Amino acid sequence: MSSTSPSLMRADRSRALLVRRQLSDRLATGFGWVAMAVVVWMLGSILWTLLRNGLPGLSVHLFTRSMAPPGQDGGLANAIVGDILQTGLGVLLGAPAGLLTGIFLAEYGANNKLARMVRFVSDMLLSAPSILIGLFIYMIMVAPVGHFSGFSGSVALAILAMPIVVRTTEDMLRLVPVSMREAGIALGAPKWRVILFICLRAVRGGVMTGILLAVARVAGETAPLLFTSLGNSEWSLDMSRPMASLPVAIYQYAGSAYQDWMQQAWSGALLVTFGVLIINIVVRVGTRGGRA
Amino acid sequence: MDIPARQNVPASPDQAVSARKVRRTADPAFRLLVTITGVAVLVVLGAIIAVMVNGGWHAFATFGPAFLISDAWNPVTQHFGAAAPVFGTVVSSALALLLAVPLAFGTAFWLTALAPPKVASVIGMAVQLLAAVPSIIFGMWGFFVVVPIIAHYVQPFLHHTFGHVPVLSVLVAGAPFGTGLLTAGFILAVMITPSITAVMRDVFASMPAVLRESGYGLGATRWEVMRHVVLPWSREGLVGGIVLGMGRAMGETMAVTFVIGDSNHIGWSLFAPANTIASLIALEFPESPAGSLKLASLLALGAILMAISFVTLWFSRWLLARGESTGRRV
Repeated sequence: MSSTSPSLMRADRSRALLVRRQLSDRLATGFGWVAMAVVVWMLGSILWTLLRNGLPGLSVHLFTRSMAPPGQDGGLANAIVGDILQTGLGVLLGAPAGLLTGIFLAEYGANNKLARMVRFVSDMLLSAPSILIGLFIYMIMVAPVGHFSGFSGSVALAILAMPIVVRTTEDMLRLVPVSMREAGIALGAPKWRVILFICLRAVRGGVMTGILLAVARVAGETAPLLFTSLGNSEWSLDMSRPMASLPVAIYQYAGSAYQDWMQQAWSGALLVTFGVLIINIVVRVGTRGGRA
Repeated sequence: MDIPARQNVPASPDQAVSARKVRRTADPAFRLLVTITGVAVLVVLGAIIAVMVNGGWHAFATFGPAFLISDAWNPVTQHFGAAAPVFGTVVSSALALLLAVPLAFGTAFWLTALAPPKVASVIGMAVQLLAAVPSIIFGMWGFFVVVPIIAHYVQPFLHHTFGHVPVLSVLVAGAPFGTGLLTAGFILAVMITPSITAVMRDVFASMPAVLRESGYGLGATRWEVMRHVVLPWSREGLVGGIVLGMGRAMGETMAVTFVIGDSNHIGWSLFAPANTIASLIALEFPESPAGSLKLASLLALGAILMAISFVTLWFSRWLLARGESTGRRV
């Protein structure tokens, strides 16, 4: 009798421990599933809201007419074109600068202090509050000349686009095998040709990815444009004057009390979001295919 | 791959000399070009800091250290202080972290330990797409979807439940507008969850598989491997990712501007309308003419936001780098 009860107790205790371990594992598993479901639900809710409110307003007028006072059946044509122009010029300014800085970090900055500082500062710019970039450009480009301009908006977007390109360019160039560089050098190519025509060429897909991600990031930016290109309700292609952009128009319309402006805000939001998401999907699916 | 150097093979000695000359000048020139661009990045950041501090100097000089602790924001009497927006920034970001960290951790746990690889890559992409949605869309979604839910369900429920409990009643006080600190914190949480998840997933995935496998080999459950093997191993990287998310939350403008309620008061209620530094700049800037004391105060706030976000970013980089170096040692 005395020999059986301790072993029974031990068996009981080990069973209790097993149950407890399984229970905590189940709880954690359940929590993981719930967390994943919540995150996916949020994305679904945002997309559903955009589709439900934005689809009814998609019409030819939206793309062919400029912004108009409420009740006059305007569109968002000038905002769409302004957005494309400012994003295009912004990336055109920011991407080469980012490309060259990325080359500097990957090829000339293995272990020197300057490169470490540049890398750190570029990472800071990557996460810097975008409204401060807008404020900065306002102080140096808008306040001195006395008026807002599409060009200053582009410069603000360029500062936001650059660090993204720096990051991807450096990461990509580091993937180029040493043997490929050595092959170029052995053939007598100078270093700059090896970098531009061998290394950069080998990873051009990855570098393009970075540039496209930069386009997607700045196309939906609002805060830096509020103080720089300001917005413009008239058709204008003049970069030296205030210029409309889709996010700023959405911001202006969404805060209004007019039914038709609200409708256009939702349709504009739908356009911007799906444009940005499609670029992201293409880039991510494309790079996954390339890697495989 | 073509071999560009082949085209350079000179046909005559004359050309060989000139080619060598080009090479001797082209390489240093290219090096100079990329170095200058690199330095230009430093100059941009330096210029941003200089412009903020220089522009805000008027405000710092007028109000002195009181600028930092005063919660006044009165354009009529020309009296401005930074305390209220700084308070709003810190509290809304803290609320965002409180909601986002468990959510991101659970999602990263699901992605790395629970999901089949193919499903994980699809869901992982969905999470990344959430991060790519423009911030103004989060603002609209927050204002038209989340705010009514909070006004009609969450706040009345919390008020009803905790309205008579001594300390908690302060937290849930206020009219049910649906805007305020909690709503801002929630929207920010939705925005930063994907980036925290991404960092956590990378950190978890960077752990050598043999450590995880030895845990399973000893009979540990998935949660035990996570709790006793993965978490201790990736602690610094995790904190780095969380701090990075906090930096994002503090600088976010458009989403917060829609739902924060725009009021410069320090209140402890979760539903009290408030302001963050970024939302105050966005809302007040149009009424701040160049050269005014108000614009100087906004720039001074910008300098403060810059300082806060750079310190957090620096801290997170430091933690992530430390996490990486301890990882290499294992």
